[in-house]
Amino acid sequence: MAGETILSIEGVSKNFPGVRALKDVSFDVRAGEVHALMGENGAGKSTLMKVLAGLYRPDGGRIMHKGEEVDIRTPLEARDRGILLIHQELSLSPELSVAENIFLGSWPTKGLGILNKRKLNSDAGRVLDALGCDFRPTTRVGTLSIARKQMVEIARAQAFNASVVIFDEPTASLTDTEKEKLFSIIADLKARNVGIVYISHKMNEIFEITDRVTVLRDGVLQGTVNTADATVETLTRMMIGRALDSFFTRARSNFGAEVLRVEGMAKKGLFENISFSVREGEVLGLYGLIGAGRSEVAETLFGVRRADAGRLFWKGGEIPFPTPRQAIDLGLCLAPESRKEQGLVIGMGGRENITLPHLGLFSRLGIMNRERETQVFTRYRETLEIKTTGPSQRVGNLSGGNQQKFVLAKWLCNKPRLLILDEPTRGIDVGSKSVIHALIAKLAEEGLAVIVISSEMPEVLGVSHRILTMSEGAFNGEFTGEAMTEENLIDAVSRHRESSSSRRARTAA
Amino acid sequence: MIATLTTGDFIRRNGLIIAFAAILAIVALSAPTFLTVGNLLGVLRQIAIVGTIAVGVTFVVISGRLDLSVGSGLTFLSVLVVSQHNQIGPAGALAVTLCCGLLIGACNGFLVAYLRFDSLIATLAMLSLLQGVTIWYSGGANVNVADSTTWFSFFGRGSVLGIPAPVLLLVLGAAVAGFVLMRTRFGRAVFAVGGNETASIFSGIAAPRIVFATYLISGLATACAAIIMGSRVMGAQSTIGQGYELTVLAGIILGGTSLLGGYGSIWRTIVGVAMLGFIENGLILMGFPYYVQWLVTWAIVIMAVWIDLAAKRGRLLA
Repeated sequence: MAGETILSIEGVSKNFPGVRALKDVSFDVRAGEVHALMGENGAGKSTLMKVLAGLYRPDGGRIMHKGEEVDIRTPLEARDRGILLIHQELSLSPELSVAENIFLGSWPTKGLGILNKRKLNSDAGRVLDALGCDFRPTTRVGTLSIARKQMVEIARAQAFNASVVIFDEPTASLTDTEKEKLFSIIADLKARNVGIVYISHKMNEIFEITDRVTVLRDGVLQGTVNTADATVETLTRMMIGRALDSFFTRARSNFGAEVLRVEGMAKKGLFENISFSVREGEVLGLYGLIGAGRSEVAETLFGVRRADAGRLFWKGGEIPFPTPRQAIDLGLCLAPESRKEQGLVIGMGGRENITLPHLGLFSRLGIMNRERETQVFTRYRETLEIKTTGPSQRVGNLSGGNQQKFVLAKWLCNKPRLLILDEPTRGIDVGSKSVIHALIAKLAEEGLAVIVISSEMPEVLGVSHRILTMSEGAFNGEFTGEAMTEENLIDAVSRHRESSSSRRARTAA
Repeated sequence: MIATLTTGDFIRRNGLIIAFAAILAIVALSAPTFLTVGNLLGVLRQIAIVGTIAVGVTFVVISGRLDLSVGSGLTFLSVLVVSQHNQIGPAGALAVTLCCGLLIGACNGFLVAYLRFDSLIATLAMLSLLQGVTIWYSGGANVNVADSTTWFSFFGRGSVLGIPAPVLLLVLGAAVAGFVLMRTRFGRAVFAVGGNETASIFSGIAAPRIVFATYLISGLATACAAIIMGSRVMGAQSTIGQGYELTVLAGIILGGTSLLGGYGSIWRTIVGVAMLGFIENGLILMGFPYYVQWLVTWAIVIMAVWIDLAAKRGRLLA
């Protein structure tokens, strides 16, 4: 059972230029509990977590650690007090070994600053064994999968005898098996009286592993409840201030003509024999785990990757594989997996991001027409309910949900014919999620062909008319109507993995 | 969400102008001869050469790259324009020089944009190559314009309505460049590529073509500067452009254009370069030996970057 309070903050506020990120927030973590922190993007979760981990200093309020008031000025000080943050974007040095990363900043020496590699590796080895890790202390971190990198971060927490471990959306890029393993490690930490802060958007995880839930909205504490007393309904209401009837709105419609057909598309080492078609008004779900090759297929269709083989038919006629420019001009658009790296130029304003793929449309004789750009910006800010201060506010300063809306606006403003959405709602808040799901349904009804790639099963099941499952670079199942069930999808994805696991050691690694 | 405006914000938004005004004031107070028309025009004439190059290099920097070849580019093209002037006359010399400038830019651009060389390495190599080419071409000897009555002398020595021609050329060039950068499709693409190359490719922008074009602009700007230089000196020698690559970069940094790409402007570059020019002039007027300018330039660049960092994170130390 949960014990005494280890770490608490009382009445903490934090301001950034132009934004009040936290307002008079109190929060506490007890020994041996998993305390969930929820809220829409922009609610202040990340700020709160960074205050706890010493990355930000609060402007007001106090932080209590084991009963005394403390001032945590740097992440190193936080670590020395046993408070460790497991980052969403992992904070490891890819060129260093696992052991060097675990003890980063406090490597054992033989004196005179000479590294004691033997002690370093044996210490790290002990921690890794205790966690049941299957990689060696000397492995270079850059060669590890995301799940394993996360294990390295957890090992770091173990090595420093952490009393509080903060997880920031740890399951965002994990497979189901990896997730189970993570949960058992969290249970283990809990049993050893570690206090755990668990940030996640995923309701099922909250109910599976947490003891209490604290909800923030717009930087203000909405309340802390025992998970056992909460329901999806109550938490959602706390997060967005209103109840949602349903997250998904799937429209039934009669599909039109075929927009895209792919035959035998292949790219060595990534995917093989990809054949499918999608019609006007149809939402085609593409389900598979991360690493299955889904994004690679989408990127090849969009032209950022080149195919080795295959044929492409656009509205019935064969076309060569396009370049991104040609794809955009056809109306074949891709909202990529990674918003910040691929989807947006984060240093630019929303207006500039929306028109970036269509510079020709918004210019005459090479000169940009700012007025028309602003009009389009204003239109999409309203229809997609984008929260931004103005056309030139840097999109990097926006929450994930609002960023994703800009990615969508970027394509919608020029009448696409086929829209490929790669993980359209990853890491974004429930409010934006339902806006995007409703939008997908509406677009399909208007005759747009949509391909939704997702590793969130409820999402795929909720928005698609038809689902293709993909595993290890190949399609292995197609489901429509009644056959679109959770069991069938899991079955399809895992069947292939087992039969070919020995052949493809790379994917497992 | 409550909007608050901090002093940090204010300094960041207007810091460049504040600093520029402060420097002008300090120099004017310490050296009485500073605020004379003759002196100011002289400084502007000096600034014009660095400024012209910097306008071109700003495109490269905003696209997220560097161009360190401009120093020896300036040397080679100056020697070239003067020698060609003596051989084929002024019109031909201008044409040859502009073409060679573009060619240098094309070589840099090809290496960086299409072969994906690191721009530091590619343009450092070009810096070295052009030093060699200059000596090979001129034999190391000084060259002088033989015909002292040539209209070629206009670019460096002429003036229109009392304004020196080099200054007019710079203002004209900067205005065109500023327009291209801020108002055109191409300019937008330069910012996008520098801000996030991957995202720009995912938006259908041919990033390599854009990067290549920025090097062409840089090469062309260097050729223009070389024409002004050759015309002003009415001659050239093989060390004439030495160190210009760093002065240009210092001016760009001082203006606040990000070396990481994606942020900056032509007018910032002009103000940065002008600040350096006025400081240098002030120091000379105050009687310091010429090498002191290097120390002061260094100190000012460091201070400028520090103030910028401090304003961003709200405190002086990391």
